[in-house]
Amino acid sequence: MPILYLKNTFTDIGDATLFTKKFFKEVFIPPYETKEFFKQCYLIGYKSLPLVALTGFIMGLVLTLQTRPTLATFGAESWLPGMVALSLIREIAPVITALICAGKISSGIGAELGSMKVTEQIDAMEVAAINPFKYLVVTRILATTLMVPLLVIFADAIGILGGYAGITIHSDVNAYRYISQVFQSLGFIDIIPATIKTFFFGFFIGMIGCYKGFNAANGTESVGKAANSAVVTASLTIFIIDMLAVQITDLFF
Amino acid sequence: MKSEQENIVQTLTPNKRTPIIEIKDLHKSFGNNAVLKGINLTVNKGEDLVILGRSGEGKSITIKCIVGLVIPDKGNISVLGEEIIGLKRNELNKIRVKIGFLFQSGALYDSMSVRENLEFTLRRYSKQLSTQEIETEIIDVLESVGLADAIDKMPSELSGGMRKRIGLARTLILKPEIILYDEPTTGLDTITSKEISELIVDIKQKRKTTSIIITHDMSCAKLTADRVMILKDGIIHAEGKYKELEKSKDEWVRSFFI
Repeated sequence: MPILYLKNTFTDIGDATLFTKKFFKEVFIPPYETKEFFKQCYLIGYKSLPLVALTGFIMGLVLTLQTRPTLATFGAESWLPGMVALSLIREIAPVITALICAGKISSGIGAELGSMKVTEQIDAMEVAAINPFKYLVVTRILATTLMVPLLVIFADAIGILGGYAGITIHSDVNAYRYISQVFQSLGFIDIIPATIKTFFFGFFIGMIGCYKGFNAANGTESVGKAANSAVVTASLTIFIIDMLAVQITDLFF
Repeated sequence: MKSEQENIVQTLTPNKRTPIIEIKDLHKSFGNNAVLKGINLTVNKGEDLVILGRSGEGKSITIKCIVGLVIPDKGNISVLGEEIIGLKRNELNKIRVKIGFLFQSGALYDSMSVRENLEFTLRRYSKQLSTQEIETEIIDVLESVGLADAIDKMPSELSGGMRKRIGLARTLILKPEIILYDEPTTGLDTITSKEISELIVDIKQKRKTTSIIITHDMSCAKLTADRVMILKDGIIHAEGKYKELEKSKDEWVRSFFI
């Protein structure tokens, strides 16, 4: 049984690798599905803004409220803005936003493509001489790769705003002073590696959603399975990429 | 004198016997399950061939092989004089635009309205057409299936019969020479089934298409078939005109006509 499970896992990894290879082959070959790409950017990026804004604000607020008592013990409350900003930008905002995107976007793509597969819509595209991989997969992976980093930057900004709200609950701090302290504590070394890893988060969120949906088996049950499997795999992949990214950043910076 | 007359008729209708689809020794297996075990068939220009058989006999697989959706294990398929097995995507697509395929469910794109469903395909292959010309084409084809007033509806707002008609309209918009129907009347009531069958006959007469119709519906077969083939155990078990097969002494063949 464990051998069969391992065999299936390795087969799945092999298939996903071939799927990724096909993406890199198709992405450069015209015709380019520009209209569909912008539509997906709108659906993935713009439509996720309220959710990301709300979670970003709560992240900043809660982080401030939870950290304040510990820092107050050591009389280091003045470090609070810098600490909140560093934690948000380097780790919390990228990972939490990516996990939210895995839940919302990856499962959405998995369910959408899975349902298209089951109802023969993908076959209908194929017989109408339209390349479904290019139209459905390439556009979605490109859109998530571009939109997730933008959503993370947006979550960073809203999170810092949430941090300010957290600080003002207990003390009267000038907004200008708060923002100055935030920027003083941040360097490019904090922002750039954290932003680079979000492109990988975005790519894998799109790729896993598309792979699971595009390869859904026949039957409506497989649509739910594709969506569920997309969320679980994408979330796990985000943690693995984050771990690797932190190790690499640690080595070079 | 009579043979001379026959010669004239043959000269006047040279396409009568022109093979449009030719399948030779087609084999397809899924794992250990051999579905097609050597299918041979020819469809001539302007002919409507109905394929009958029990579920799982490989009827749909056969027509999916014709459009390259399923790759056969062995055999040859020639469509419009070109061998399609082994063709690259671009070359295959040149043939695919000449073939219409009506799926069992209609397979309309759920996220698009009826207009967008038709426009999506047409815009890619008729780039010289203006927006006004595309609109006219869409309305014309919707009128030909009797659903011009459904142009702005979403697929979720359509009944089963309407979805099939719109699916057919989407198939017709590229003016195909060949149409493959995968169970066009399955899941429909008797009256709607008859309407769809009559539509298939109407399309053949007006557009001079060549068709393969996969069906379990004997009234559809009776109405549309120029010739009927019956599949059994992965091979063609019987072939002939509807009326000939109806009187067949073979018990298996007769069981379809009861």
